[in-house]
Amino acid sequence: MAESRNRRKDPSRGARTSRSPLKQQASSYFGHHRKVARDSARRLWQAPVASMMTWTVMGVALALPVALMLLLASLQGVSAGWESSARVTAYLAEEVTLDQAETLRQDVAKDSRVTEVELIDRDTALAEFRASSGLEDALDYLNENPLPHTLLVTPSDTSRTADGIQTLLAVIEGMDGVEQVQVDLGWLQRLNAMTELLGRAAWALALLLAAAVVLVIGNTVRLSIENRRDEILVAKLVGGTDAFVRRPFLYTGAWFGLGGGVVAWLLLQLSLWWLSGPVERLAGLYSSDFSLSGLTLDGILALIIAAVLLGWLGAWVAVKRHLDDIEPGEIAGG
Amino acid sequence: MIEFQQVTKRYDSDHTALRQVNFGLERGELAFLTGHSGAGKSTLLKLVMVMERPSAGEVVVGGQVLSRLPRRQVPYIRRHIGVVFQNHHLLFDRTVFDNVAMPLEVMGTPARDIGRRVRAALDKVGLLSKEKMNPMQLSGGEQQRVGIARAVVNKPPVLLADEPTGNLDPQLSADIMGLFAEFSQVGVTVLIASHDIALINELGRRTLTLDQGRLVSGGGGLHG
Repeated sequence: MAESRNRRKDPSRGARTSRSPLKQQASSYFGHHRKVARDSARRLWQAPVASMMTWTVMGVALALPVALMLLLASLQGVSAGWESSARVTAYLAEEVTLDQAETLRQDVAKDSRVTEVELIDRDTALAEFRASSGLEDALDYLNENPLPHTLLVTPSDTSRTADGIQTLLAVIEGMDGVEQVQVDLGWLQRLNAMTELLGRAAWALALLLAAAVVLVIGNTVRLSIENRRDEILVAKLVGGTDAFVRRPFLYTGAWFGLGGGVVAWLLLQLSLWWLSGPVERLAGLYSSDFSLSGLTLDGILALIIAAVLLGWLGAWVAVKRHLDDIEPGEIAGG
Repeated sequence: MIEFQQVTKRYDSDHTALRQVNFGLERGELAFLTGHSGAGKSTLLKLVMVMERPSAGEVVVGGQVLSRLPRRQVPYIRRHIGVVFQNHHLLFDRTVFDNVAMPLEVMGTPARDIGRRVRAALDKVGLLSKEKMNPMQLSGGEQQRVGIARAVVNKPPVLLADEPTGNLDPQLSADIMGLFAEFSQVGVTVLIASHDIALINELGRRTLTLDQGRLVSGGGGLHG
């Protein structure tokens, strides 16, 4: 070892002579990585039931928060759709004449946050109401039209957020002659608040379950360290570095992670397929275009990479806790 | 090659395993280390392997002062020291070949060199025909020889053996000692801990005798 290090430092040697052992070292290093990766994968296959159980535990733990997040993404899609169709209805005071209402309409239309204002005069409103409510007979008993003139305001694209509409609402409400302003945002705000709450819950759940995954993998790897104690002792005895001894276990953790990620993805696809029919029917009943969205390719990749990292982390925790304690001092008797 | 300078090893206040041990072994020298059990033989070997650190004094192996060696460097020192144990510590989940190949794999030796060098080591101990067997199928003497092949496969300058003939009959023991003598002839420094006095006397080599942690005979060496 000391010899090869000196050789590399020695500037008098040509690049040709010094590169070849370095190259050789690198290729044997990567060769060893491949061998260890293959070997630890083979060990998992040799205990298929135990491995499958670990993969399933990990898959369930990962699928739960991801499913919740997918649901949230779908819900946010709904609220975004509704915001774009939100319109503000301004009921004018009863004493406002049609001319005044028309001036008011033009005033509101000047606002840059507004794309369109439609004036519905009280007679049209009454006719529409009469047609749609089925209260024709009852309305005939009224002496005069109880309905005010109404402005239907369509907000511009930029102010179609909950906040933007709220400000617009305040502005219109402050105008002379406007009696009452209404926008059906209440349920949307409730939905938003709910999705926000759910979002936080999903993250908290994700963190907790990620910790659980790390612990599960850590424990599994701890058992495999115990099983291979002799091998670790011998490897340390013949001069294996800590990195060399850790490597197979880190790969084991990563393989557990990969399997867990794939199981999580399968579970998600399966439940999506199972739920999508009823969800569409339900959404149809509410005449909504709501649909559950699955994972995109990026999402699948991110899920699996996260799973591999968690598995690796779990293995690393176990290795740090247990492997460094195994010292060949105990191999030789007193 | 191995040098102990005033080495003391104290495990706790009332147990001192080695007291001011002084000796040196030249390159290619073969010596026995003897004494009652508990006299400090294993402790001495552990100090050479850097499984333990001395409480006082210096242990020098191949010019390296081990007491100042950082923990990260320990594996690299161990690659220069072959060790043979009484119960050989072979792994029964792999073949004889894979057992012997371990020191080379640890060093990152290229695969084709591994094959060549493992077979050379197995040939040396006369087990070339059994490379594909599981060590469990071998006899005690053969297992011990596999252990020796593993200890010498990377041609270490130092070879330590802890009771290598403990479980073997006299004929097998003599064979194994013969192997150690051959290694010392090609320049390997060999130190064998043993209490098989008859065998030691028969070979007539330098003998370091420990008694309650003190080196009572066979000391000196490199610097007189």
